Amino acid sequence: MAFQEIKLYQVGTSVVGNRLLDPEHRTAQARMGRSNTLTSGHRACQGCGEALGARYVLDAAMRATGGNMVAVNSTGCLEVFSTPYPESSWQLPWLHSLFGNGPAVAAGVAAALKAKGREDIRVVGQAGDGGTVDIGFGCLSGMFERNDDVLFVCYDNQGYMNTGVQRSSATPPAARTANTKAIGPEAGNVFGQGKNVPRIAMAHEIPYVATATVADLHDLEAKVEKAMTFRGARYLHVLVPCPLGWGANSADTIRVARLAKESGIFPVFEGERGEVTAVSKIRRQVPVEDYLRLQKRYAHLFANGAAGRPDIVARLQEEADRNIARYGLLGGEL
Amino acid sequence: MLRQIEGSQAVATAVQLCRPEVISAYPISPQTHIVEALSDRVRTGELAGCEYLMVESEFGALSACIGSSGAGARSYTATSSQGLLFMAEALFNASGLGLPIVMTVANRAIGAPINIWNDHSDSMSMRDSGWIQLFARSNQEAVELHIQAFRLAETLSVPVMVCMDGFVLTHAFEAVDLPSQEQVDAFLPPFVPQQSLDPRDPVTIGAMVGPEAFAEVKYLMHAKQVAALDEIPRISEDFAATFGRDSGGLVRPYRLDDAETVVVALGSVLGTVEEVVDAMREEGVRFGALAISCFRPWPLEEVREALSGAKRVVVVEKAFAVGAGGIVGQNTRLALSGLPTEVYNVVAGLGGRPITQASLHGLFADVVEARLDPRRLHFLDLDVALVERELARAGQGRRSGPHAENMLRDLGVVASGSV
Amino acid sequence: MEKPFAITLDIGSSRANKTGSWRTERAVYVNRMPPCNDGCPAGENVQAWLYEGEEGGAGYERAWRQIMVDNPFPAVMGRVCYHPCETACNRAQLDDAVGINSVERFLGDEALRQGWTVSVDMTATGRHVLVVGAGPSGLSAAYHLARRGHTVTIKEAGPMAGGMMRFGIPRYRLSRDVLDAEIQRILDLGVTLELDSKVTDLAALAEQYDAVFLAVGAQLGKRAYIPAGSAAHVLDAVSMLRGLEEGEQPLLGRRVAVYGGGNTAMDAARTAKRLGASEAIVVYRRNKDRMPAHESEFMEAEDEGVLFKWLTTIKQVDQGKLVVEKMELDETGFPQPTGELEELDADSLVLALGQDTDLSLLEGVDGLVVEDGVVQVGPDLMTGHPGIFAGGDMVPFERSVTVAVGHGKRAARSIDAWLSGAAPEPVARPALATYDTLNTWYYSDAPRTHRPVLEKARRESTFDEVVQGLDEGTALFEARRCMSCGNCFSCDNCYGVCPDNAVIKLGQPGEKYLIDLDYCKGCGLCVSECPSGAIQMVPEEI
Repeated sequence: MAFQEIKLYQVGTSVVGNRLLDPEHRTAQARMGRSNTLTSGHRACQGCGEALGARYVLDAAMRATGGNMVAVNSTGCLEVFSTPYPESSWQLPWLHSLFGNGPAVAAGVAAALKAKGREDIRVVGQAGDGGTVDIGFGCLSGMFERNDDVLFVCYDNQGYMNTGVQRSSATPPAARTANTKAIGPEAGNVFGQGKNVPRIAMAHEIPYVATATVADLHDLEAKVEKAMTFRGARYLHVLVPCPLGWGANSADTIRVARLAKESGIFPVFEGERGEVTAVSKIRRQVPVEDYLRLQKRYAHLFANGAAGRPDIVARLQEEADRNIARYGLLGGEL
Repeated sequence: MLRQIEGSQAVATAVQLCRPEVISAYPISPQTHIVEALSDRVRTGELAGCEYLMVESEFGALSACIGSSGAGARSYTATSSQGLLFMAEALFNASGLGLPIVMTVANRAIGAPINIWNDHSDSMSMRDSGWIQLFARSNQEAVELHIQAFRLAETLSVPVMVCMDGFVLTHAFEAVDLPSQEQVDAFLPPFVPQQSLDPRDPVTIGAMVGPEAFAEVKYLMHAKQVAALDEIPRISEDFAATFGRDSGGLVRPYRLDDAETVVVALGSVLGTVEEVVDAMREEGVRFGALAISCFRPWPLEEVREALSGAKRVVVVEKAFAVGAGGIVGQNTRLALSGLPTEVYNVVAGLGGRPITQASLHGLFADVVEARLDPRRLHFLDLDVALVERELARAGQGRRSGPHAENMLRDLGVVASGSV
Repeated sequence: MEKPFAITLDIGSSRANKTGSWRTERAVYVNRMPPCNDGCPAGENVQAWLYEGEEGGAGYERAWRQIMVDNPFPAVMGRVCYHPCETACNRAQLDDAVGINSVERFLGDEALRQGWTVSVDMTATGRHVLVVGAGPSGLSAAYHLARRGHTVTIKEAGPMAGGMMRFGIPRYRLSRDVLDAEIQRILDLGVTLELDSKVTDLAALAEQYDAVFLAVGAQLGKRAYIPAGSAAHVLDAVSMLRGLEEGEQPLLGRRVAVYGGGNTAMDAARTAKRLGASEAIVVYRRNKDRMPAHESEFMEAEDEGVLFKWLTTIKQVDQGKLVVEKMELDETGFPQPTGELEELDADSLVLALGQDTDLSLLEGVDGLVVEDGVVQVGPDLMTGHPGIFAGGDMVPFERSVTVAVGHGKRAARSIDAWLSGAAPEPVARPALATYDTLNTWYYSDAPRTHRPVLEKARRESTFDEVVQGLDEGTALFEARRCMSCGNCFSCDNCYGVCPDNAVIKLGQPGEKYLIDLDYCKGCGLCVSECPSGAIQMVPEEI
């Protein structure tokens, strides 16, 4: 009989695998023999979004490159929990140098491969938000500007979690961290522009920029694979909730990421050469409050007994609304 | 082939002959002419198979070399002064990872106050970074040290810094005998990295090491540097066999036989020192000189042996540890520990101040005639009146105390020694 | 490669670090009871057969065989079942219930098209079981007993098998070709069917068999006392439908009134329309909300032009007219007379007031207890007489084809156990897979498809099936809307979302995943992200 194209009404394209799908169309994570570039035994906290995000990204990149790939890692949680002597959790060639130089090291690796005529081997650089948007930012911008053949991935958990949850320039307003405590008249992190590195990356007009979350594996993998079709500098910014730093349940890591996207507070989009080319629409819109309430770093906004800070919640909702308007996150085809 | 050539151009040629695969650099005077020349040669194709990265900072420059070296490419960079300090974190990282990067340091003072001229403050500040530090006396030697540096670095998997005096050497035109590509190829085999990022043989490079093994890792780094003390002379001998030129090694004696007073120095000042030594000899004073070609690792035994016959040693150095004293001087004292030799430590040529034959002659006369206190640190050609005025003015504002008073007295002695 | 000490490490060496020791809770795979299965009177494992059917192609036959484990009438069920499975379906809380019934019909019809059969896979036991009545319950019991290796004889009083499936359900709801085919498939297992064999003396007959299953149904139409003129034309719905099936043409006239509010009333009114009545009106003493007829039957009847007169009782029947009284509901919802009378034109009155069982055959059987006109049975459906079991409409349960089929299966299991002297295997009832155990994010937005319906003109004039089957594509679509509540459907989410790679995918059909307790840190992400709620956290014994 003519077999109709599988339309996954049951689980759509959101689950990791689907026994009904042609294996070619399942996620890399569904594969029995997936790379597990970051394997078991690492010391990430329970429910770590970054551990999950890193494996998602690198396994997809390994699939896209046929395993012809090397990774460069900046200092941070990901590096620390994966490589305490004498055990490494990595299963690909991997180099860690410093906190602030990941993009430059990756650029150097790419240059070496080019010089050796081995451009078939692709380079992925990766860092947390601190290593990307703060201390590594100069090197990152240089890498973008030179259009080095590197996919740089920022696993954004919105703070310096490795050093004990301090604020980074990716920490959102009102969030409590170890140095923006819920004390004083303006509790939590200050309101401000933050540092929107995906947009800054786009301002460099590099070939490809995308944001993603660990809540949408298909989207994340598609972006990694797409990134690998380009040569030159590419940037992927992945939201990876941190159960410890955000004060969320370890079982809620993906849920929190999903609500970040569904509330509009974290816009998921992609761009090429400086222009936004696609956005991930909100499927089931939720108020920002639903997202905030899962996280103790915002607990002061909903203080027990006290009135809480509905004014701040409203400001955060305004930010989400601004994203929704700016990127057109509502309506149309999902 | 003997050519009248600028030092930077000569060094660029030497680097080119070493067939680097990745060059990554950020401009800073007086290093610029070297990397500009290399950029030209990559663009023209004279330097084939090489990627040149124009990075956003020195930190980025060395970081890119860490990446390229980690990926198994022969990697080179060059910097000076502030640039070297901006690399500091990456310097320690490169040596810790055992990456055989070669870097030219066109030596220059460190600010503030900002100063572009030559001294050794930059290299000396990074003396404990785990890099081998070779000092060139001339552009000829600079050329040769670069060729030896790549072989040394790759033999031991350790980064090597070739230090040459900024402007004094980098911008000086003089006759340099440049080797042929065939000679260099015969001496320097293609780079086979000890470890590299290779999908066919993946490893994890750059692990976190805790108290249980950190000391051992550091000990092994130390052992590798100590091993360089054997390797450097070997490479020097091989070099002589290939190129017919004697250069490199750990120390270079000059007229040490029967010398009672030996001047110890690094870099281009040796030329001046040797002339003054000759002059002193002509005056019947038994002078000699010892060039430190390799400052890190510190060739303690070789220095001790070379200086063992001297009554006095005068260390003339272009940097010092503020608040503590001379750096080469302290190392020399350590080498002579237990011997009766008096060591005089003189700081000279800071921020590009010329070290004249006259000044050195006066200094040496002071030493021979015991007008200098060997326990003090001395500064050549210091404007004593000026600093006295300034110190006095500062002293009015607050109690200066006995230490500062003593320092003033020392200064007076040195200044009076100038001819 | 000669690696430097400590700063360079072997890949994957962290597997030596067993992070499972961090755990205080562990993830455990479970099978919860899907609400569809829970709600199925025939005990079908709906979730399981939808799972097979989702695959399409070869999966259809596996799905059909899964239905056949519990129910020999998929094609009949797909037409006449009032599908409590769909009422219970969790998907109704998301968008619309899965069209389970229509998929079942598709599978049943596909089996008939393809000629799929079942076989007896057990050796003959040598035991002989008598089944009295060839209705849904009796046929179901015969089927299950035969598949368990017993010899089965069915004695049926009437001229054809099928019982109420044939004589109670009009052919516009259930094509007789379909019914005949599904009955024949049962008989093909070697079941002996004796028609026109009314059992009158069970006590004597039972001696000849190892066990007996009574399933005579309830086909006596209840009569109510209504004063009627001599020329009044009054008949009961069951007799009318039965007569029609046996080839009679009841004389109903142009205007037909049907008295009652159940499914049989709907059938009678719709049949009257098809027999040429210009007007069919249902008279019911309560209102629409309290009518026992199934919503779909009411809708279809109304769509076909059947009229309804609510809150009305019939006081008297005369030629060409009825005298009716208006009622009103009291606080308890019970209808009370108002004394307000009116006349209603009607050439005939069809009574659809419920059915009774003819229990005359039971006389002289020891131990049988009859209460309220039905035979009392235990949970195993055995009557007070050892070895005699009863089910279907003659025992005190809800009366429907599906319930009857379920009784047949349950009785067969009990009889099988009784014959072997063993207690029936206890059926484990796992915890219900409630909506809150699901993570519905993962299910695509997919409102249900509706089965095509015969156009009105043909419906009013013919007995063609009103509700059509789904085509293959839409049946597949419907099957794939199943959320597999409480049961793993191999979506790989647990395997994918574990940050510690502590879920092992076995990859073999039926072998799904294992938690690797060496590395599971107990974060619970797999539980949160399991769409179907098939994993739960349990405290670790420390």
